[in-house]
Amino acid sequence: MEYILLIIGAVFVNNVVLSQFLGICPFLGVSGKVNTAVGMGAAVLFVIVLATTVTWLIQTYVLNAFGLEYLQTIVFILVIAALVQMVEIILKKMSPGLYQALGIFLPLITTNCAVLGVAILVVQQDYDLLTGIIFAVGKALGFALALIIFAGIREHLESLELPKAMTGIPSALIVAGILALAFMGFTGLV
Amino acid sequence: MNQWKNFTKGLFKENPVFVLLLGMCPTLGVTTSAINGLGMGLATTFVLVMSNLVISAVKNVVPDKVRIPVYVIIIAAFVTVLQLLMEAFVPALYESLGLFIPLIVVNCIVLGRAEAFASKNNLLSSIIDGLGMGLGFALALTILGGIREILGAGQIFGMQLYSAEYGMIAFVLAPGAFIVLGYLIVLMRKLSK
Repeated sequence: MEYILLIIGAVFVNNVVLSQFLGICPFLGVSGKVNTAVGMGAAVLFVIVLATTVTWLIQTYVLNAFGLEYLQTIVFILVIAALVQMVEIILKKMSPGLYQALGIFLPLITTNCAVLGVAILVVQQDYDLLTGIIFAVGKALGFALALIIFAGIREHLESLELPKAMTGIPSALIVAGILALAFMGFTGLV
Repeated sequence: MNQWKNFTKGLFKENPVFVLLLGMCPTLGVTTSAINGLGMGLATTFVLVMSNLVISAVKNVVPDKVRIPVYVIIIAAFVTVLQLLMEAFVPALYESLGLFIPLIVVNCIVLGRAEAFASKNNLLSSIIDGLGMGLGFALALTILGGIREILGAGQIFGMQLYSAEYGMIAFVLAPGAFIVLGYLIVLMRKLSK
């Protein structure tokens, strides 16, 4: 039960994009079509869970154990960059189909602040490994959900006639604002 | 004269937030008040100037193939320096900016300027470019934070303008960030025409 609440809280109440502002760049950049949004969501889910697991282990058994907490930022970003590279290489060998589907999104994920953000959050909240992983899954699902809803809206937005200065990013931002307003309705749910 | 142009391009013509649309996460995340926006802007400016300086200095030594990881390490090192400095000297601001301080590492403006400018230009130009871009970022964040603070809490830089009871709280919360930034970009586009 506790874990279900944790997931609901991470997906809806503290949505990673719409209330914590992590991963805005792919949110605005990649979410033109529902198909690409699903692909990006899946790739991010995979990398966030993997990165959270590895960074948690490093934080606990290396950084905390040797009193090197101040190296956190440097170590985490290197780990994430290396992981993304490794995932890319492994996928290419093991499952070319999945690689084709996720391929273009993988390199972009290194600079997705949701990945580093969630890894740091898990450490800051002092979660144990299992709770941390469940929290990461929830955050990634929240990211995917926001991305897919947003892409669905933007597909329709494209067929509208907007004032010239409003086209593209400004209209997308205002739509995101209204979406965030809707997500505020979940406040207090958990 | 040329350096002056180099400096001012970051402030207006190539403003990282309003024109290049880079660094959106901290832009939206920390601008709940003008002072937070300014603090974040200046923190990013520090990292930008220092990383531009070092990257410009080592650009001929670093092999082309490993340049991106090297840049990331340089940037991460300065972010760590910044984290320690802020924790020691401005703990209140450090607390309110929270997660977004370590996230300067993945701010696309910093790596973007390293790759697009510092790796191709001399030391002085790179420092000035970093300063201009950083201050442009700070300017944008302060404006955005100021508007949200006025509409949401009825105050600016902590100075009460009208009763907070009349403030629209949504502007301090998440939705306001998206909506205010959206309209600010529209305004910038109209003005620059």
